[in-house]
Formats: sequence, structure tokens, C-alpha cells
Amino acid sequence: MFEYAPAPESRDVVDLRSSYGLFINGEFVEGSGPSFKTVNPATEETLAEVATASSDDVDRAVQAARKAFGAWSALPGSERAKYLFRIARLIQERARELAVLESLDNGKPIRESRDVDLPLVAAHFFYYAGWADKLAYAGFGTKPLGVAGQVIPWNFPLLMLAWKIAPALACGNTVVLKPAETTPLTALLFADICRQADLPPGVVNIVTGAGETGAAVVAHPDVNKVAFTGSTEVGRIIARAVAGTNKKLTLELGGKAANIVFDDAAVDQAVEGIVNGIFFNQGHVCCAGSRLLVQESIQEELLAALKRRLGTLRLGDPLDKNTDIGAINSAEQLAKIRRLSDLGESEGAERWSPACELPGRGFWFPPTLFTGVAQSHSIAREEIFGPVLSVLTFRTPAEAVEKANNTPYGLSAGVWTEKGSRILWMADRLRAGVVWANTFNKFDPTSPFGGYKESGYGREGGLHGLEAYLDV
Amino acid sequence: MSTLTTSLADVASSDAALRAFLHGLPGVDRVGADQRAAMLGTRSIKTSAKAQAIDLAISMVDLTTLEGADTAGKVRAMCAKAVRPGGDAPSVAAVCVYPDLVSVAADALKGTGIKIASVATAFPSGRTSLEVKVSDTSLAVAAGADEIDMVIDRGAFLSGHYMKVYEEIVAVKAACGAAHLKVILETGELSTYDNVRRASWLAMLAGADFIKTSTGKVSPAATPPVTLIMLEAVRDFRDATGRQVGVKPAGGIRTTKDAIKNLVLVNETAGDDWLTPEWFRLGASSLLNDLLMQRQKLATGRYAGPDYFTQD
Repeated sequence: MFEYAPAPESRDVVDLRSSYGLFINGEFVEGSGPSFKTVNPATEETLAEVATASSDDVDRAVQAARKAFGAWSALPGSERAKYLFRIARLIQERARELAVLESLDNGKPIRESRDVDLPLVAAHFFYYAGWADKLAYAGFGTKPLGVAGQVIPWNFPLLMLAWKIAPALACGNTVVLKPAETTPLTALLFADICRQADLPPGVVNIVTGAGETGAAVVAHPDVNKVAFTGSTEVGRIIARAVAGTNKKLTLELGGKAANIVFDDAAVDQAVEGIVNGIFFNQGHVCCAGSRLLVQESIQEELLAALKRRLGTLRLGDPLDKNTDIGAINSAEQLAKIRRLSDLGESEGAERWSPACELPGRGFWFPPTLFTGVAQSHSIAREEIFGPVLSVLTFRTPAEAVEKANNTPYGLSAGVWTEKGSRILWMADRLRAGVVWANTFNKFDPTSPFGGYKESGYGREGGLHGLEAYLDV
Repeated sequence: MSTLTTSLADVASSDAALRAFLHGLPGVDRVGADQRAAMLGTRSIKTSAKAQAIDLAISMVDLTTLEGADTAGKVRAMCAKAVRPGGDAPSVAAVCVYPDLVSVAADALKGTGIKIASVATAFPSGRTSLEVKVSDTSLAVAAGADEIDMVIDRGAFLSGHYMKVYEEIVAVKAACGAAHLKVILETGELSTYDNVRRASWLAMLAGADFIKTSTGKVSPAATPPVTLIMLEAVRDFRDATGRQVGVKPAGGIRTTKDAIKNLVLVNETAGDDWLTPEWFRLGASSLLNDLLMQRQKLATGRYAGPDYFTQD
């Protein structure tokens, strides 16, 4: 037996304070709402007290952003680019600190925050820094919108911040951003990076708090643009709140993506893609491949290979460098995953998990797969947002397309086949914003991302991502 | 594997049947295989796990010298190192030499339990007749080789003459007698990962006891994705046939880090059953001293200079 000894990343690199305020007009200030605790989901220890921004605080933040907008939008694009490049480099310099803090507050494995999240965060700032002085060539004009109110989720706290802030700033907007209440810490560390980069006060403002703070940001009359990533439920509320105003809106919401494996697929890599599709970030991924559609002719061998592979996943301390599956982000989310999984069983699907010891404290859920799932089962329809895979089968390419599209969502899809023509045929027919071929959960700042149907509207990333932040 | 439920006995009945079988194996996606190998390369093996891995790696080394300048003196020196690498480190698994030096190694290693491996079959190119390859093998075995490292005919493989490759392996295996046969695929010349998988299966079907990546004379040699694919092949072959085949990456493995990455690949792909010198070897020469240096560092907390490790 070759057992890997614990290999924890050191926490010392993070200077964790006992309490955090809001970041408004370039300064950390007290919030007027009651403070709340943010915990380490792997241990339930309190990491820090964080201020709640009241609607007055949000108003101050929006005013600061409005005041900063004039000078910021008047800067030549090449000057704004300098700030963004500086921020990108500072993110790289402080990558370890940011990665450790992200894993502490979110529960995701350090391997992912270190090797996926942080490189992408820096890449986003570098990429949009490059656009700042070339907007005239993008085709959406060069006129910014004004103040952007941005509300982001807890699954990729810093990466979602980058997706929102980098294009907004590149286009000449100023922002008020609200991170999720369970993962506010890296956004506040990012605020420190903005100060370090000498970003003019008010260009970036961070207000922390729960749903009410987010609602205040969205509803503020002086906000010109609202960008939200999160659940479809909250997305609907925001769409209603914004309806009838002049605010421009982009929504990136839920998903129930199909990962479609044909019988001629490269089996070993398909298994890796399935694992990466649903167990990456504990399945807390809006574009997760939560429905495996496998061709009936290879169902048995693929499931055998998949189960063997799940047996090698290493669940535990998110800061251990060898951990593959970290903690569920919150007690609420864990309850939701448990409820839907129990529902899956009671509706008749067969549940399976590898032998897997869960830590005694914290929020944990084993990697789980359901076989014998029918389209009508709740676990095939509802977004679970956890490490739970529903396995369905199909017989023909047409049936695969029909089943894949038969969902109110349409964020992403995966196709596994060695046949190039079939990939193109499928991609033409799948109603999903992203179709991955022989890979899954691959992100790049140059590539637009966004949904069909109830997965939202608007695109983030790439040239397309500029449109959301310009007055077209 | 559905393709494997066809009776494996019939697979090598004709060139057409063999081709249909090998081309019916699931493909390998290069991007995905590279990504998986790279991810496993990030495993952090520290403290007690590192100590265990270093000793395991030492015990798996096929200590090798394959130079035109090799002499009896050089081989004897290497054999002495193989038996007692240094300190209380374990002995290596085998030494690997050219056929004409097998008898020298056999004398030097008598009674030690260390195996004598010999390359044969017109190593490294394999460009000679089957008769010469077979007698090359027989002479090495007669001189005392426990293991034969043969090369496949890559030209025949690349031109689709799978039966020729198969029959040569069968003939060399017969000449091996009781000696174990390691079949070198020379993956650097096969070029695609699909070819690596097909050649692995071809060698196993023909009776290989081990499949080995490279001669060490061609670059690239034992890259992590290639070793990964070969480990998947032996795993799937055992599932299909019940017979276990060993794997030997060789060439380009120079540091302790490289060696540990290989052990991680084994651990998370083929599994525990392959984590012994009986089923996994590391073909290397300079690797051993780096393993010894890291071993001492782990025990004492300090690096000793290179002069404290013998150059043999």
C-alpha cells in the first residue's frame, strides 16, 4: 500500500483579520448593518466577522462609483489598461495567498484554487487589459454604461469577480460588487490589491452582505448595468426588479448539463471528463455535467470504469495538496444536496458512492452517482449543485440530442466521440451556450460563456463579453 | 471492454483479424491523456510517503549500461553498486546489459537474487533478420540472462504488418525459455497514443511478461502520458484475460521526482498489485544516485555533496 502522507499547504501566507469592513471609495469602512460570520466549511470554524452593507452603505458605494466614473471613463484606454495589467500582475504575485484564502472560505481543494481558479483570474485581467485601448475595433462602440452593480455567487468567488470586474473596468465603467455572504474574503483581499495598484478611489467598491444587500445594489436607481451570476430563482427576482428601468442586464444562472458519451469515445479520457464534469469543485459549478448520457452499447463498461475511478478520488482537507474533493460550501447547500439525493432514491434511482470516509466536522458529501435515472426523475431535472451524477442512457444520436435539450436549462453540454463529423452534428443541435468536445469544464478568457433558456442571457468572456459593458 | 469479449485466441489468427482487434480498441485522446498525467504529476509526496516511495523506487530500478564503450570492468562496478547501492538502501531489481556482458554480470551477481536483464534482438533498432534476433536471445539466455528486453519491429508496426510484429515476439518468447520477456515498444517512434495502446495490446497478446516504453536511445522516451496509457493497457488486459503483465518505463527518468511521479501513476491507474519490483521497473542509470541523495537528505535533513555518492 502506497499511502500519501498529509501534504497541507501552509495557512501562514494568509493574514486573516478578525473582522472586515466594506470597501467604499478606496477605503475600508464600517458597515451599518449587523456583522455576520464567515466560516471554514471544512471545519465550521469562524474565519472572520464581516460587515453587512445596509441600503445606505450601498448608496454610498454607488455614489462613490458615480463620482469616480467621470475621470475613469475619460482616461485613455491605454491608461486604464495599465491599471488592469498591474492588478493582473499583483494577482499573480499574491496567487498563493489568494488561493489559500479561497480554499479556506469556500472549501474547494487547494489544487483547484491554485491550478485552475487563480491562473484564470489573472488571465481574465490580462485579457481585458488588452482590450481597453482596442474597443473601437470590437464593434460595440467605445461608450461605457456608467456604474455596474454586480452580484456574484460562492462557487468561484474570485473567478466570478474577475469575470465581472475586468471587462467592466476595461470598458470604462466603475463597479459596486457584492460577493456571496458565505465567501466574502477573497473579494476583500482583492480590494486590498486595488489599493496596492493605486486604482483611483471609487472605481471598484465591494459591499458585503446577504440577499438584501444584493437587492439594494440591483435596485439602486443610479446603477446603469446589473450583472448577476447565481441561481435561476434569484435571477428571476432580479429580472423583475430591473424590468421597466434603463438598466442593462446580464444573467448567468443554473444548468443541468448533459455529458454525452458515444460508444466510439476514448473511454479513459471520457471517464476523466465525466469526473471533471461533475466532481470538479464538489459539483458547485453552474455548467457541471450533472447528467451523464451514455450510449447503451457501452453503458456497462463505462460505468465499471467510472466506479473504479471514483474509488481513487481523495476527499478531505481542502488545504491538502492531494485532495480531489473538498467540503460543501455551507450547511444549507449540504441540506439541499441531501434532500435531492434522498428524493432520487425514493423516486426509484439506484444510488452508489465509493467507500469514502467523511470528516467528523464540517460540511461533506461523498461523490455519488445514480443509475437507472429516467428523464422524469427530479434528479434528472433539478439542479443539485453538488457532487451527484445522474446516469441516463440513449440509443441514437438523435435521442441523445432530444434528451440533452429536454431541460429548461441550456448552459453547457459535452460530447465524447472520436468522430469529428458527429461532434459538429451534435454541436449544431444542442441548445447550450457552451458545447465541449472530448473535454469538459475548460475555460479561457477569450471564449464567451453564457446560457440558453433559463440558464440566463448575455455573454461573459471574449470579445462578446465587452458588449454587456458598452452602450451599444 | 466490449471489443475484448471476442475470443482473444482468435485475434491473432490472421493479419486482418489482428488489425480489426487492435483498431477496435478505444482510442486515446491526446489532450485528455496529457491532462490526466499532468494532474497526477502535481501529487505532493512528502515525509513518510516519500521515504517509502524512494525505497520502493530503488528496489524497482533496472540499473542499466548500454554503451558501445561498456567493458567487463564497467559492468562489474555497476553490479557492485546494484547489490549495495549505499547505506542501508535496498538492492535494485536487476542490472541491464548487452548480451556479450551477461556472463560477467552473472558472475558478479551470483547468489544475490538480483536479476540479470539483457537487451537482445539487435537492440536498439531491431533491424535484422528473425534468425539473428532469435539467436541473439538464445545466446543471452544461455549466458545467464533472467530477463530479455527485446525491441519490436517499429517499421512493420507502422506499416500495418501487425502479424509480423506478433510472430517475432512469439518467436523470441519461445527462445526465452524460462527467462522473462520485456517487449520494448519504442514509443518515441510510434508517435501517437493510439499506437502506444495498440502496440501494448499486441505485445501482451503475443506473450510479453512486461511491456517497456523505450530503448533510451530515442527521444522522447518514457513520458508520463505514455506510461499512463501502458498502465491502463495492462490493467484492462488483466480484466479481460486474467493475466497480469508488468510495465517498465525507461529512458529520461533521472530524478527522484520523476521516479515518484511514476509510482503515483501506478498507484492511481493500475493500482497496488503493480507496486512491486515484480510488476513495475524503472529503467535508468543516473536515477539511482539521485534517489540515494534524496534518501539521505530525508534521513539527515542535509544534502551531501555529489562526491559522497559513487560514480560507477
